[in-house]
Amino acid sequence: MHNKTLSELSAGLHAGEFSSTELTTAYLDRIKAHNPALNAYITVAEDSALAQAAAADELLKAGNASPLTGVPIAQKDIFCTEGVKTTCGSKMLDNFISPYNATTVEQFNAEGVVCLGKTNMDEFAMGSSNETSFYGPVRNPWDTDKVPGGSSGGSAAVVAARIAPASTGTDTGGSIRQPAALCGITGLKPTYGRVSRYGMIAFASSLDQGGPMTQTAEDAAMMLNVMAGFDPRDSTSVDRPVPDYTANLNDSIEGLKIGLPEEYFGEGLDAEMGKAVETAIAEYEKLGASVQSISLPNTHLAVPTYYVVAPAECSSNLSRFDGVRFGYRCEDPVDLEDLYTRSRGEGFGEEVKRRIMIGTYALSEGYYDAYYLQAQRLRRLISDDFHRAFEKVDVIMGPTSPKAAFGIGELSDDPITMYLSDIYTIAANLAGLPGMSVPAGQVGGLPAGLQIIANHFEESRLLNVAHRYQQVTDWHSQIPAAFK
Amino acid sequence: MEWEVVIGLEIHSQLATKSKIFSAAATAYGAQPNSQACAVDLGLPGVLPVLNHEAVNMAIKFGLATGCEITRHSVFARKNYFYPDLPKGYQISQFELPVVGKGELEIRLEDGTVRTIGITRAHLEEDAGKSIHGVVQGMTGVDLNRAGTPLLEIVSEPDMRSAKEAVAYMKKIHSIVTYIDICDGNMQEGSFRCDANVSVRPKGQEEYGTRAEVKNLNSFRYIEKAINIEVQRQIELIEDGGKVKQETRLYDADNNSTRAMRSKEEANDYRYFPDPDLLPLIIDDEMIEAMRAVLPELPEAKLQRFISEYALSDYDADVLTASRPLADYYESAVKAAGGEAKLCANWVMGDLLGALNKASLSLVESPVSAEQLGGMVKRIGDDTISGKIAKQVFEAIWNGEGDADSIIEKQGLKQVSDSGAIEGIIDEILANNPSQVEQYKAGKDKMLGFFVGQVMKAMQGKANPGKVNQILKEKLSR
Repeated sequence: MHNKTLSELSAGLHAGEFSSTELTTAYLDRIKAHNPALNAYITVAEDSALAQAAAADELLKAGNASPLTGVPIAQKDIFCTEGVKTTCGSKMLDNFISPYNATTVEQFNAEGVVCLGKTNMDEFAMGSSNETSFYGPVRNPWDTDKVPGGSSGGSAAVVAARIAPASTGTDTGGSIRQPAALCGITGLKPTYGRVSRYGMIAFASSLDQGGPMTQTAEDAAMMLNVMAGFDPRDSTSVDRPVPDYTANLNDSIEGLKIGLPEEYFGEGLDAEMGKAVETAIAEYEKLGASVQSISLPNTHLAVPTYYVVAPAECSSNLSRFDGVRFGYRCEDPVDLEDLYTRSRGEGFGEEVKRRIMIGTYALSEGYYDAYYLQAQRLRRLISDDFHRAFEKVDVIMGPTSPKAAFGIGELSDDPITMYLSDIYTIAANLAGLPGMSVPAGQVGGLPAGLQIIANHFEESRLLNVAHRYQQVTDWHSQIPAAFK
Repeated sequence: MEWEVVIGLEIHSQLATKSKIFSAAATAYGAQPNSQACAVDLGLPGVLPVLNHEAVNMAIKFGLATGCEITRHSVFARKNYFYPDLPKGYQISQFELPVVGKGELEIRLEDGTVRTIGITRAHLEEDAGKSIHGVVQGMTGVDLNRAGTPLLEIVSEPDMRSAKEAVAYMKKIHSIVTYIDICDGNMQEGSFRCDANVSVRPKGQEEYGTRAEVKNLNSFRYIEKAINIEVQRQIELIEDGGKVKQETRLYDADNNSTRAMRSKEEANDYRYFPDPDLLPLIIDDEMIEAMRAVLPELPEAKLQRFISEYALSDYDADVLTASRPLADYYESAVKAAGGEAKLCANWVMGDLLGALNKASLSLVESPVSAEQLGGMVKRIGDDTISGKIAKQVFEAIWNGEGDADSIIEKQGLKQVSDSGAIEGIIDEILANNPSQVEQYKAGKDKMLGFFVGQVMKAMQGKANPGKVNQILKEKLSR
């Protein structure tokens, strides 16, 4: 059963080939067998998963089922789940059980989707390798000495190893797309405002966006059908109709205009990775798409801009973790100052502290204009680049990541190189654009990812473009040998 | 040296919305600690603020009522600092672009002088919770019921030159926010409070002196006392060769002094930046016009109308329009009295407010309704009772004995205007007091009062005093 996609599982459940309880049990067994090697789950929610499965079976029997009823998925441990621990990968929240559900969790619950557990992630979603997690690094199913990418590394690994058919992730600077690429799965970061952020623990509020991590574009469309939509509890969510994302998957892409930003194929890109992406693009030409070179001249500003905006917002977002009301509190504080400094000092890891300090500095009196305001101006320039590009092309393509998965520990002392691994993904967050990564070949036995970026709210187009590629290639259905 | 005092006020006016500014939790005062704090108010991981548009409407009303600019595009910003009663580690406020911009306000002092005070801005923000010390031994409790309560912070220019001016300005703002129903004005519960920025400079000097901020003043009396004592402290300090430090100070009412809380060096860098969880606040003409349409008559307009419509003196009109409930009471009384505007004013300002004050009751708690008072004044006006008897009737209404008419009826207080009845009594009294009659006729006019008194006594005060006078004079001049 674990070889099936979400849509195949959905069909099987509706046809009565197997029950949700059987399916869920099978996945729970696989998790027991394979998770120890991967460390991809922080919490396996066995009891509640089986209870949800039993309830889903009732719905299926009664004929009240939605497309995803009874299908099990994994939730990134950044989404608040009532009754199940929500840690955000941090010691700070090691003891935190949310009294409420995130909108995304509510949406899946309402569909009768089963939650297998909560996936490991970089602490507070800050990282590109999953090494900053308090719960230890996640291992890449293709090579357990390699990182799975991050921050949604656990969510990518569980799908790649088929210990969940699909999962949720969040993407602030590439945290869905980069691990999807490194683990050889499909990941979609929707337009900013398309998916509610309510109950998704904030890293950088103006950039964060939840999305699906799946085997195929078709599965991603099914997941997005559940996740997308206006939420009155999130003021930045956008009130516009949600199309059926599965409706246009098979549309012809003949005449599709693909733009290749010259800045995405220059220095820093691994040559083999470049070749893999070019091969994928050649496939698109065969499908009738036309390819042209474009320029996004402010690309080089994306990483520095991001590393002002994101830390600035996170420095404020993470102030609520103060040891007063919930989460980690230091032992025997002598006074208020001590309570704050030790609770935060001991509760947060190195990378989180580094970003809080960068952000605090950037917002400080006397530096605000030079850093924060300047970053906002650059953000506008970066957006304008895309705006102009989409006057000429329908989608933009390039590599998701400059390199395939790197070794665990390889970059942990080199934050700058680590930050540069998100060089191609960050701009879409700064511009609020939807972006996808689809498996496209291999580099040295490790997956390569093709990134596709579309204009605002063009998720349907992205999914169509990705799906058509997956109809003529089979990179998305490859499973690492150890997990077949 | 002669010193000039410079004062600017930051008034925190709690907006009378039913729910909080960024959550659906209730704002009612006095509930069990933490019973009115939802996930958003607690700042739980993952929660997001959603703006309560009622608070925006109230800010628009304030802008319209004071003639201040209303900012079409304003921005919520985070003010970052750590404190146990500040759940998120930041307060959502407005910084560079507040919802209400510049304006000015006229205040009238007791001596009749009119001064214009500039309003710098007014911005929306959320209140913090409360730290409670001493309930648990050695610990501090946190009550987050108040966290997220909407505030409108109204910032003035440093235009006030005495504590009395500051109080007059504060009272003016108080009257406006209560008139337009955006704040209950309850100072004891902290719904209306201010911080005073106080400095002194040698008279004639342009440059401002270094200011100290006296925090959290929540009664008109304290504001005046706190400013005066702070001014005195600063003058004495400078005259002794010292320098005023820029710092935050706290007024201690018990020993009437201010003490330092924290200096500028210790002050937080709040690291303001636009809150990415909230969109910019856009206010269009439609929203403004909708609020203009529901804006009640404002104190200044009401004052002018009272002067022209009821022929009241400036002073009477000023007193009666000081608060909306009082003005409404007065107008209802006039209506019930069928006119008699001046007489109503005297009764409201004199006997009614006097009695309420003595009994420590507020106007809304008055045992005498406006209709009852007006009904009584009507009977004075139509000569059914005299002003003197009216005091007795008022007391009876106060004691819950019913309306004026039924009391007059029951107690037989109706004044006698029948000439025949009065004449009979007068004849008797004149006959019984021949020597006094002689004295009067010899030119001792004062004796008239004696006769009036005797007649009133004989008639238990119910004789129409005008009639008595008239008949007496006639008879004595014969």
